[in-house]
Amino acid sequence: MTSMDMETGAPGDERLDPLAVAERWVDEGRSVAVATVIETWGSAPRPVGSHLVIDGEGNFSGSVSGGCVEGAVIAEASEVISAGAPRMLEFGVADETAWRVGLSCGGRIRVYLERVG
Amino acid sequence: MDAELLKGLNAARRNRQAAVLVTDLATGEGRLVMKGDVAPSDPVLAEAVAKAFVTGKSGVVEAGESRLFLNVHLPAPRMVIIGAVHISQALAPMAAMTGFDVRLIDPRTAFATEERFAGIDLRAEWPEEALADRPIDAYTALVAVTHDPKIDDWPLVSALKAGAFYVGALGSRKTHARRVERLTEAGLSAEQIGRIAAPIGLDIGAQSPQEIAVAILAQAVAALRKPADAAGA
Repeated sequence: MTSMDMETGAPGDERLDPLAVAERWVDEGRSVAVATVIETWGSAPRPVGSHLVIDGEGNFSGSVSGGCVEGAVIAEASEVISAGAPRMLEFGVADETAWRVGLSCGGRIRVYLERVG
Repeated sequence: MDAELLKGLNAARRNRQAAVLVTDLATGEGRLVMKGDVAPSDPVLAEAVAKAFVTGKSGVVEAGESRLFLNVHLPAPRMVIIGAVHISQALAPMAAMTGFDVRLIDPRTAFATEERFAGIDLRAEWPEEALADRPIDAYTALVAVTHDPKIDDWPLVSALKAGAFYVGALGSRKTHARRVERLTEAGLSAEQIGRIAAPIGLDIGAQSPQEIAVAILAQAVAALRKPADAAGA
């Protein structure tokens, strides 16, 4: 019954529910991408299954981290929205990539980014 | 993700139907599997989906050539509290803060007052009436704290029959022994009755109503998060 989750369960407050927000945006005719945490290693701020949704203007709702990598996901989203094909993104802390965005908690996450529609 | 798939998923979540969204990570193709649906034909996937419904854990599964992501959506937990008593004044707001969708029921209008329970979904009705629009389901914790059989028994029976994930009832051992007799007469099995957490709450030596509320809430969370060692055994 876990994640009968207070995270991914029925949308309580739909304004804060990323998938409900995505549906509303689609109904409004906006282009939308959904990012989903699909794997985590070590200390990760958001559990597997968490969503960030992004529209074509860069508006977003939800989170895939504690605010560490959202900017990078949002930037990729505009390309996924125009290109159509889904992408796999990976974020973590590694010496050679330390200059890039990463997770200060030291964990690693894999995020699947796809267009809706 | 197909827009219709997104709508279907959200509809299931609004209807409190457990659902798994299966996404093929190579093609991006998705499908929705509802709890109770015919299992997927791929045995590996079927087993993974069945497991996901039990554990609530989302994750990646390798099935044959495909890498699939299973995102599990289980309904948010509810807590139905029978009895607008002193314990409930602490329990209802604490449970709401913890993430439970709380409804408090007591037909005794002297107890069920807005002043005592500001901001809580409070029903000064008999449980049968107060639960007519939202019956107890598997994703509900039932906490019965009036120790009045006229008020507590119907929701207890209803919760045990529905397989509520947590069923707790306040009362001394004597009170509970009489309750067991009544529920047995009502046709419940010993196994069903054995699921009732009584005396209610984790044994933390709670004395005040607030402390008892902590003990009950902790026991309900344990039943939610660690169903294998659920209380009432």
